[in-house]
Amino acid sequence: MNAQTGFEQAASTETRERLVVIGNGMAGCRAVEEILARDPHRFSITIFGAEPRVNYNRIMLSPVLAGEKTFDDIVLNTPEWYASNGIALVTGDPVVHIDREHRQVVSQSGHVEPFDKLLIATGSDPFVIPVPGKDLPGVVTFRDLDDVERMLSAADRGGSAVVIGGGLLGLEAAHGLSLRGMKVTVIHLMGTLMERQLDEAAGWLLKAELEKRGQTILTEANTDAILEKDGHVAGVRLNDGREIAADIVVMAVGIRPNTALAKAAGLDTERGIMVDDHMITSDPAILAVGECVQHRGTCYGLVAPLWEMCRALADKVTEKAPEGSGYAGSVTSTKLKVSGIDLFSAGDFTGGEGTEDIVMRDAARGVYKRVVLKDNRLIGAVLYGDTADGSWYFDLLKKEEDLSDIREALIFGQAFASGGALGDPNAAVAALSDDAEICGCNGVSKGQVVDTIKAGACSLAAVRSQCKASASCGSCTGLVESLLALTLGEDVQEGPKTLCGCTSFTHDDVRRLILEKELKAIPEVMQELHWESPEGCASCRPALNYYLLCAWPGEYEDDQKSRYVNERLHANIQKDGTYSVVPRMWGGITNPQELRAIADVVEKYNAPMVKVTGGQRLDIFGIRKEDLPSVWADLNAAGMVSGHAYGKSLRTVKTCVGSEWCRFGTQDSTGLGVKLERMTWGSWMPHKFKIAVSGCPRNCAEATIKDFGVVCVDSGYELHVGGNGGMKLRGTDLLCKVATEQEVMDVCAAFTQLYREQAHYLERTAPWIERVGLESVKAQLFDDSEAVKWLAGRFRYSQQFMQDDPWEKRAAGDRNDLHAHLGEVRPLLLENA
Amino acid sequence: MMHGLWLDIGPVTQIEPGSARTLPVVGGEEIAVFRTMRGEIYALVNKCPHKQGPLSQGIIHGDSVTCPLHNFRISLKTGEALGDDEGCTPTIPLKVDAGRIFLLREAVLGPVPAQQAA
Ligand SMILES: Cc1cc2nc3c(=O)[nH]c(=O)nc-3n(C[C@H](O)[C@H](O)[C@H](O)COP(=O)(O)OP(=O)(O)OC[C@H]3O[C@@H](n4cnc5c(N)ncnc54)[C@H](O)[C@@H]3O)c2cc1C
Ligand code: HEM
Ligand code: SF4
Ligand code: FES
Repeated sequence: MNAQTGFEQAASTETRERLVVIGNGMAGCRAVEEILARDPHRFSITIFGAEPRVNYNRIMLSPVLAGEKTFDDIVLNTPEWYASNGIALVTGDPVVHIDREHRQVVSQSGHVEPFDKLLIATGSDPFVIPVPGKDLPGVVTFRDLDDVERMLSAADRGGSAVVIGGGLLGLEAAHGLSLRGMKVTVIHLMGTLMERQLDEAAGWLLKAELEKRGQTILTEANTDAILEKDGHVAGVRLNDGREIAADIVVMAVGIRPNTALAKAAGLDTERGIMVDDHMITSDPAILAVGECVQHRGTCYGLVAPLWEMCRALADKVTEKAPEGSGYAGSVTSTKLKVSGIDLFSAGDFTGGEGTEDIVMRDAARGVYKRVVLKDNRLIGAVLYGDTADGSWYFDLLKKEEDLSDIREALIFGQAFASGGALGDPNAAVAALSDDAEICGCNGVSKGQVVDTIKAGACSLAAVRSQCKASASCGSCTGLVESLLALTLGEDVQEGPKTLCGCTSFTHDDVRRLILEKELKAIPEVMQELHWESPEGCASCRPALNYYLLCAWPGEYEDDQKSRYVNERLHANIQKDGTYSVVPRMWGGITNPQELRAIADVVEKYNAPMVKVTGGQRLDIFGIRKEDLPSVWADLNAAGMVSGHAYGKSLRTVKTCVGSEWCRFGTQDSTGLGVKLERMTWGSWMPHKFKIAVSGCPRNCAEATIKDFGVVCVDSGYELHVGGNGGMKLRGTDLLCKVATEQEVMDVCAAFTQLYREQAHYLERTAPWIERVGLESVKAQLFDDSEAVKWLAGRFRYSQQFMQDDPWEKRAAGDRNDLHAHLGEVRPLLLENA
Repeated sequence: MMHGLWLDIGPVTQIEPGSARTLPVVGGEEIAVFRTMRGEIYALVNKCPHKQGPLSQGIIHGDSVTCPLHNFRISLKTGEALGDDEGCTPTIPLKVDAGRIFLLREAVLGPVPAQQAA
């Protein structure tokens, strides 16, 4: 194993300073090359390498795994190189001790090598998550050629592979294994693949592409244990109980600077070995370079910074460093080496104040581009699908130039921005010929758009509706706006309000397109409809969540991150940060058992107030978020469920005592109210929705200021809609009169569904009806004799998935992370410990 | 690089991306620890500069959070109110190492008493 190349030359150069290098990897060898280039005779050099081979290009291990390259292709320094430069190379024999006092190192085999200068270039170690089974045969990391060989021999036997970690390394391993014929599942802890390099939008595109290629990608998946069978790895269990079979498990969850030797030798280390701008450690005779170092607080995991570090180091040790020179840290960029996927990211794209995002999406070509500016300078870029301009952006980013002049055209890339159209997109559009295509989705030319505008379409919305340009994906919205400005100048009219600042589409557009294009996830809507912000905002996320929930009942999975706090915690937040809890009392009816349970909760949790709400039930105030699950468990035990007093959803059905007790009562208003509440509870709506049933026109339940109100009369039931109390009081409109309870139920379900499908998010029934007109609502419900049946059918279908008590799941421990504190800091106890 | 003593408050994985969790401090201000959709971790005093709303309960987008009480938008990086609003919430310096979150002790509990600072 101890191949000692060029040992004789080394012996004959005793008068030189002795340089010992620990680590025969990319940084160690490059540093030696840089030193030799400056002063070939200064040092007698010995390199220790733990791996039993010469230095190779580690980043090309991925193409080796994928079968696109062989080991010989990726060798960087051949045995002849070491020999001809008089370098003694000790391979397969790691250094185990640095003896600073005697200025020597000791290797595993007992080899002692004295030094005048020592260079530590030990790289990083793969991080292995501490789960049961991590040491089983068949669990491998991805760092060196031995790892690749282990993966290849597993692939030869076929079967399935699990890759833990959806970062750069993990995805390259997954790609290689899948090309080698294995069935690959990637388990990633975060919601977004490569979240350190990509934003949500680009991560979603990447995931979709990998899934198309047959990989299974599990995000937000947390590994609990690695499973064993017959002494070998057999699979992986996630903390939600899912098990995935595997013949090999690749851990690619991150790297840790390899600082063990330096630490044991007493050098300053934090995350990495601390070095100055010339890579000198806390001991002036010892240098360190590569992934094992920490420079100005940063540890790097890519090769580009190593090259710069090695130059600064070589300048210094050969005493050729110009005054004030040194390594000043690196800005890095990333590309994923998976054939057929173009992805580039650089700099900082976390956003924040003072930064500005410019986003361009082209759904047809699967392209997403985002650049981030701060003070008119480029600070970050993410490109997916079209990375042609990656190096141009990276260059702008490193130069930190003021980009005000080309700002408008920046996102279109170098060719466009440096062309004649500087700073004025209108000029570029004006220069287009009349038959140039503006809208690719609907095949509309510039001439057609201009004709439409000249014929009277004065706003974006009018152009969209009259010639369809930019009505589908919206990627040409900017071009259409330019044409409006060019054709009409000052006379362009504002269109209807868009959903929010993140999009040029209105609520109606978004709802229509979700159905037309069968969009089923928030990032998908944002990509396909060319959202102008990467993750949306606090206005559009809840709206999209509701629209998707309404459009795809049973299919769409509710996104808790897009819910307002009340709906996420199933209780009403109060001004002091505590919550109020309102259990459902069907139709306002209660019993001693329920009242007793409520009384017990009030005492047990010291609730400072219980109040009768306007919705005929009891509200318990002052509950802390961490107590909510146990409060609910107690209420559930008495048969009570969530009252949704917190939701954009059905709130309550208020009733009067009706024919059962009241001398004026005409029908069983209480019984009907209970039936209506049983039918409608749990349904998510554009806004809150209240129902009431009064037993006669005296209307004690105030049914005529409700979203849906029933007033019983001798001959049947009057159904009223679109009322509310509140700041702008609105009495209901009479919708119709029906004869039976069944008809009340059907019309109620149909009306509710019409509202759910057509209103804008956060629009109550009153403004909705005023916007679309009562006549339109009536027409949609009654013109077609089947309409009520269809709408009510859709409502009842969707209710199948909505009517499970959210409190019950939480009380059983679901999403405890939303309730429990991380812990508690108690200063005295900590200090005494 | 920030020097000082660090409090280990456990693994990053306790916090779902796009959400926040809380850490009460006996005798001090409750802290909200945020994890953005992109996986960045930030810690702030859990009080909105407007009327002390619990920022941990807001909707998180990019690296800001919208307060659940009256929709102030607060930068997670600096604690400052964004847009037209004014005010600032103190931030707690933090680092992540080997998947665990560390808060700067001094910022959580105040300076270490002299005899204990080794
Ligand atoms: C599969 C893969 C793909 C990658 N792709 C990219 C990419 O596309 N772009 C990019 O920029 N970067 C990429 N990287 C990262 C890049 O390879 C590293 O940044 C680079 O190799 C770091 O160089 P280094 O010299 O610090 O460490 P290494 O190259 O790891 O060298 C350290 C060497 O020191 C040896 N060693 C450790 N301890 C001892 C000891 N006690 N005694 C003797 N020897 C010791 C190790 O065995 C190793 O050979 C990739 C990495 C991997 C594993
Ligand atoms: C933004 C404005 C509003 C806020 C923040 C708000 C807040 C609340 C809260 C926190 C509750 C919980 C129970 C309670 O406090 O008793 C509640 C209940 C109630 N609110 Fe409002 N409300 C608003 C507007 C309105 C309007 C416009 C009306 C009248 C149409 C109204 C009528 C009621 C009724 C009847 C209840 C009892 C509901 C039940 O028992 O579930 N509120 N409201
Ligand atoms: S609305 Fe009519 S039936 Fe109902 S309680 Fe009042 S008076 Fe009696
Ligand atoms: S308390 Fe945060 S916005 Fe009012």
